[in-house]
Amino acid sequence: MISSILFSLILIFSILLFIRNCRKLYRNINLGKNIDRSDKSNLRFKKMFRLAFGQSKMFDKPLVGILHFIVYVAFVLINIELLEIILDGVLGTHRVLAPVLGNFYNFLIAFFELLAIAVIVCVILFWIRRNLLKIRRFISNDLKGWPKNDANYILYIEVILMFLFLNMNATDQVLQNAGYSYYGDYGTYPISLYLVPVYENLELSSIFIIERVSWWLHILGILFFLNYLYYSKHLHILLAFPNTYFSNINSGGGLDNLDSVYKEVKAMLDPKVDPYSTNNTNQQFQKFGADDVFDLNWFQLLNSYTCTECGRCSSECPANQTGKILSPRSIMMKTRDRLEEVGKNIDKNKAFKDDGKKLLNDYITKEELWACTTCNACVESCPIGIDPLSIIIDLRRYMVMEESSAPKEINNMMNNLENNGAPWPFNQQDRLNWINN
Amino acid sequence: MNILTIKELQNKGLQPEILFWVGCAGSFDDRAKKITKSFVSLLNKAGVSFAVLGKEESCTGDPAKRAGNEFLFQMQAVSNIEILNQYNFKKIVTTCPHCLNTLKNEYPDLGGKYDVIHHTELLSTLISEQKIKIDNSEFNGKKITFHDPCYLGRANKVYEPPRKLIESLNADLKEMKSCKEKGLCCGAGGAQMFKESEKGSKEINIKRTEEALETKSEIIAAGCPFCNTMLTDGIKNKEMDDKVHVYDVAELLDKST
Repeated sequence: MISSILFSLILIFSILLFIRNCRKLYRNINLGKNIDRSDKSNLRFKKMFRLAFGQSKMFDKPLVGILHFIVYVAFVLINIELLEIILDGVLGTHRVLAPVLGNFYNFLIAFFELLAIAVIVCVILFWIRRNLLKIRRFISNDLKGWPKNDANYILYIEVILMFLFLNMNATDQVLQNAGYSYYGDYGTYPISLYLVPVYENLELSSIFIIERVSWWLHILGILFFLNYLYYSKHLHILLAFPNTYFSNINSGGGLDNLDSVYKEVKAMLDPKVDPYSTNNTNQQFQKFGADDVFDLNWFQLLNSYTCTECGRCSSECPANQTGKILSPRSIMMKTRDRLEEVGKNIDKNKAFKDDGKKLLNDYITKEELWACTTCNACVESCPIGIDPLSIIIDLRRYMVMEESSAPKEINNMMNNLENNGAPWPFNQQDRLNWINN
Repeated sequence: MNILTIKELQNKGLQPEILFWVGCAGSFDDRAKKITKSFVSLLNKAGVSFAVLGKEESCTGDPAKRAGNEFLFQMQAVSNIEILNQYNFKKIVTTCPHCLNTLKNEYPDLGGKYDVIHHTELLSTLISEQKIKIDNSEFNGKKITFHDPCYLGRANKVYEPPRKLIESLNADLKEMKSCKEKGLCCGAGGAQMFKESEKGSKEINIKRTEEALETKSEIIAAGCPFCNTMLTDGIKNKEMDDKVHVYDVAELLDKST
């Protein structure tokens, strides 16, 4: 009875905490500007099914793709067992679904155990890849410190949870065989069977304690993990779905055309518009490009929370491959860090209070931004539709149109373009000279 | 070389099938001008009805847009669209993937809706229709590798037409270790062409040239005037310019017809 109440309280507390984190996430993402991604829902659903459910791009690296797919499927399926665990916890029962499902129950648990051992194997391989093999995207500078630890914590938590699940079943079997207390005879399980000999010589009362402790730690671990997500790169298990749904579905490599600029350009080229007209005085001051997270759109901010820091983007980036400090992954991580900082500022002050910092310069440096060749390799390589290039372009727009801080050679190129209609100092009247020389 | 502008053609009451968008590099850069001429020579051999904009053509605005100068880009785009919309033609063809991408993907929103293709797409159609006859003795069995321009490949998913052209020469097409969707940039895009690169361990064009040289090809084929420059510089840097040459696919084809 006491344990039922305790369990229910912990469960409610965890769920409330999770809801609170989700609301914070939603609020922070909505600090971004609006962008319409409500069109072509058919295409969007298809893309979500292909990339998020089917993980199609993960199979670009077949071995990792398979390992990741196993962990993903196992994660989803093993969580069905969570239903029983919660029922048992709240009602104070033990394996409440066993009598209801009969033989099918044993089949399910056996299946979950196979998945659990598969997860343990995959996660160990992931750990080896991440920590022992010198894979560049896992040892590069932008992953030092918290990001590297975060990735390893996730692997440790997954192994521990799977072990607790198997251990709980192993001790359960010993208690079942002995007919101890309320442990009914449900049968044997294929993997935890091998753990049974470890416990056979122990007192039944001790095994009972180990079974209970495993059961509790397992569910507490899951509830902890649920709330760890918000602080971790592991948010992708939830956000990959909306992120792929709302991702850019235009097939070509076109960038967006800024509406705010279009209005001005039209006005400049239209002889009927009076530049001294006072009609425009009520217009709000328009900022071109972005120097902070508020100027990015909500999809770009969603991208930053969705990023799993896998580094496929950076390992495909020509600038990164040739030793420049630009790393598209780091662009996403820094955007998230700044957004989190802004979020905490709002939590503390109710509304954002100027902290004298900006995404541009305080987080992302100009040197990084000017190293980009806009080759689109980062966008193409992301398994879940994240677009680091759009953030780089928005920050460049701010540097050029608001600060006029482009490198000198870029300014020369733009001057030529403006005066001659070509990036070099050639006269537009000479455009046909190639015919004769 | 007799080339008519679309204006001259219109004054005669005619309109071309194809508007050839020459681009700034194709008009002014000495190396790229040769590509322009080869392509025009092929169009003439195939008897294609085409015209150019001539002095009415101006930069699409791509380097300005990618550098972040949306103003300058849109000024260019809006005035180009105004000119283009005065004329009738079926398709725009261009030898520059940057022009292609901008005209095809960024002009429609601003009122310029055209059917835009890359010259390798047109040439590959002309070969299928047997309008161009190939004498494949020139490059028979020669090892040729193709460098995918980012704005042709990843940005516009044109991977096969240039390869089909190289294969039509009976050449031995060698793929680099990163090609098609995973093709490595030459280092010129995003307005990098016009500035020094940031501090790093290597220039991007050198890395790409090394990948091309690994294929042991005698010819590096490109489909973009900027890639062409970057790779030519790379070959010179590696002191391989007497053994390996960089050509546009159109130049290879022109030599074989």
